[in-house]
Amino acid sequence: MEKQKQPLLSIAKREALPWYKNWLIRGGAILLALVFCGIITMLLTGLNPVEVFRTLFYGAFGTNRKIWVTAQNLAILLGISLAVTPAFKMRFWNIGAEGQVLIGSLACAACMITLGDKIPNGLLILISLLASLLAGALWGFLPAFFKAHWETNETLFTLMMNYIAMQLAAYFIIVWEVPKGSGKIGVINQSTNAGWLPVIGGQRYLLTILVIAILTGVMYIYLQYSKHGYEISVVGESHRTASYAGIKVTRVIIRTMVLSGAICGMVGMLLVSATDHTLTTTLVDGRGFTAVMVSWLAKFNPIGMIFTSLLLVVLERGATEISSVFSLNHSFADILTGIILFFIIGSDFFVNYTVHFRKNRKEGK
Amino acid sequence: MEPVKNAIRMENITKRFGSVVANNGINLALHEGEILSLLGENGSGKTTLMNMLSGIYYPDEGQIYVHDKPVTIASPKDAFDNGIGMIHQHFKLVDVFTATENIVLGLEEEGRLDLKKAGQRVKEICEKYGFDIQPNQKIYDMSVSQKQTVEIVKVLYRGADILILDEPTAVLTPQETDKLFAIMRNMQRDGKSLIIITHKLHEVLDVSDRVAILRKGEYIGDVATKDANQQSLTDMMVGRSVSLNIDRPLPVNPTPRLVLEHVTAYDELGVKRLDDVSFTANAGEILGIAGVAGSGQKELLESIAGLYPVKEGKILYYDPDVDYAETDESGQPKHQPQSLVGMDPMDIRKAGIAMSFVPEDRLGMGLVGTMGMTGNMMLRSWRKGKGVFVDTKGPEALANRIWKELEVVTPSTKFPVRRMSGGNVQKVLVGREIAQEPAVLMTAYAVRGLDINTSYTIYNLLTEQKMKGRAVVYVGEDLDVLLELCDRIVVLCGGQVSGVVDGRTITKEEVGLLMTQHRKEGAE
Repeated sequence: MEKQKQPLLSIAKREALPWYKNWLIRGGAILLALVFCGIITMLLTGLNPVEVFRTLFYGAFGTNRKIWVTAQNLAILLGISLAVTPAFKMRFWNIGAEGQVLIGSLACAACMITLGDKIPNGLLILISLLASLLAGALWGFLPAFFKAHWETNETLFTLMMNYIAMQLAAYFIIVWEVPKGSGKIGVINQSTNAGWLPVIGGQRYLLTILVIAILTGVMYIYLQYSKHGYEISVVGESHRTASYAGIKVTRVIIRTMVLSGAICGMVGMLLVSATDHTLTTTLVDGRGFTAVMVSWLAKFNPIGMIFTSLLLVVLERGATEISSVFSLNHSFADILTGIILFFIIGSDFFVNYTVHFRKNRKEGK
Repeated sequence: MEPVKNAIRMENITKRFGSVVANNGINLALHEGEILSLLGENGSGKTTLMNMLSGIYYPDEGQIYVHDKPVTIASPKDAFDNGIGMIHQHFKLVDVFTATENIVLGLEEEGRLDLKKAGQRVKEICEKYGFDIQPNQKIYDMSVSQKQTVEIVKVLYRGADILILDEPTAVLTPQETDKLFAIMRNMQRDGKSLIIITHKLHEVLDVSDRVAILRKGEYIGDVATKDANQQSLTDMMVGRSVSLNIDRPLPVNPTPRLVLEHVTAYDELGVKRLDDVSFTANAGEILGIAGVAGSGQKELLESIAGLYPVKEGKILYYDPDVDYAETDESGQPKHQPQSLVGMDPMDIRKAGIAMSFVPEDRLGMGLVGTMGMTGNMMLRSWRKGKGVFVDTKGPEALANRIWKELEVVTPSTKFPVRRMSGGNVQKVLVGREIAQEPAVLMTAYAVRGLDINTSYTIYNLLTEQKMKGRAVVYVGEDLDVLLELCDRIVVLCGGQVSGVVDGRTITKEEVGLLMTQHRKEGAE
């Protein structure tokens, strides 16, 4: 009898896993990732991996100030992630959060610069807020309108809108530059603090954190229990099912993207008016894209997104610390981040599938 | 008697998907030169078993023998090398290619591609078995049955002497089915061995020599066709005695509920899909819609449901609570029926018209696959919640009721319906639509892909609705069922009504002729 070739592996879809097994697999993946990171660290740098991890942790939580900065970074990233989530649940691939946040920041900065000291502070903040919301909403509305009516590709559209926002910001930074020729705006209304959001509890970052905390809860309820949330889920699953159920698909797409953009705009305002008090083209710093990952990793669950954004922020903050303490290139920290994410995303496969190795058949036939 | 030679022998074949055992220790033999019917309910593992012969799946355990030699079939190419060809339910053809081009596609022959020679060979095969296709005809110019023929020729061209046909008659008219069976017998005479999968028992009895039966992944046994009848086969398939009669009580006081007048509709490309369609659906009656697949059934139902734009004509709805015979002082009718043209599903619901629709595409239109039963119940009631929030209690209760009453097999009301079996998905959908207490209930291919048991459950539910005075519209493909279930039948052909006939007196052949009437006129 000739030798028979057989496929070695077979992959089968799993039935639903009990929650503890699910977490065991995911926890195991993170542990494995850390071990793997340790090995890579030793091989590439010869440093003690435990020391590296300790430094990473120190970078994120080492001092009071570091904790506050981490929390603020977390809030901003989480805020943007919450903003893109309704669109993603609708399977509308909005990768334009970067631009939507920046345009919100620009609108806020414009109000602060042009109206500063001319109207009461409270009114100025209100106008800034409205302007930011509207600017973000417009950036969300445009791709949605074209998608809903003419099926344009939203991924490209939102991506391109990023560049428009970026160039607009660059242009106005030159218009408003202080001092002339510096190419920077500097701190807006430094002497009067006009248009600055109030500092509460003596902590500069507390307001941002509170706003985002509330937003997280609201977004969770919105997606889970509201009629809009239900409409979004159905539209995301199938436009035909939505029409069948009497849901106006066009309206839901536009409304959801306007909401998505508006929340981004608000985060943009928080960045300018609560913490940075200035505008640069790199203000958002790629977080509009990182938010995509945060949202996906948490499977669009706002509560889960607290943890995924925390993970990414800690890794990022820790990475900066590692590169300065061990005088390593920042790229090294990126390698570690990459490894950890790879394992976390990879663990999904093992949650959903089992792999069988084929047993050798040795019955004498 | 000379000993039978086996074209295929499957020994102790087992295939698992996760914890589901699709095939459990199956022993199946196909004799040389016979037509074997493989019979079984949905989910009994027929297609899985055949897919292991055609190289799509690989068995977990067991051995396959072809002409009594042990073989390994790990890919479709291995299957072809062993002379096994499968004709799938869904055609795998390139529309803009000719028959010949499709047939030679993917063949790795030595030397230059000689389409002329290939065309000559295709012609020879066609003449030998009596196929009616032109080698140079493009696929998009072909009817469904011609496309199927191309698939069969493709397999023969590759030298297959064992053919597996997976539900080949599902898309054919009775006349086309007869033609296919004649061709199958020609092939048999030529020494080919054939396996045919079908749900239709009369076809099994008609064409095959032997019937093998699977139930829930187990091999139940085989019988010579001459010793079997519809009842005995059903009993073997289901595992207990099942009544095969559909109860058809006479309609009680039928009154017009839905009247279509000269309805014409075009698709996005401007092709006429409905052409001057007129008929009346009565309350208390099941109105069947017959026609070859794609004759406008889908467009018709969607037009009524407000999902398809109607260009011309009227769709009138008569409310069951209104007496249209009432007249005012001047003798004019007091009430006018409501026109549905131009309304979308929400408008229809807001107008207080209870219309239920079980669409053909269950998971792509009627249900949300990733949601559980409760979420899917909400598709009909999501607007009813208080303020901005959805109400989940009502839908949850309804889901539980349907779960129990229709014996839906699911671990919970949260379990994604996408992962349920076809029959259970349909129970969820039909259950929800009936629970709306509709004045009009439309169903498209309500029993497609369902096993005999579930099919009868659905027929009974529809008849129950009819007796409650609802207007039931039943779009079907199995003429036997249409003739047994429906009171009247509208036959569609190419978007036109080619006849409205009495379901109790018409014969299958007559309906079959009406189904193809216009097509014949066009071709000749």
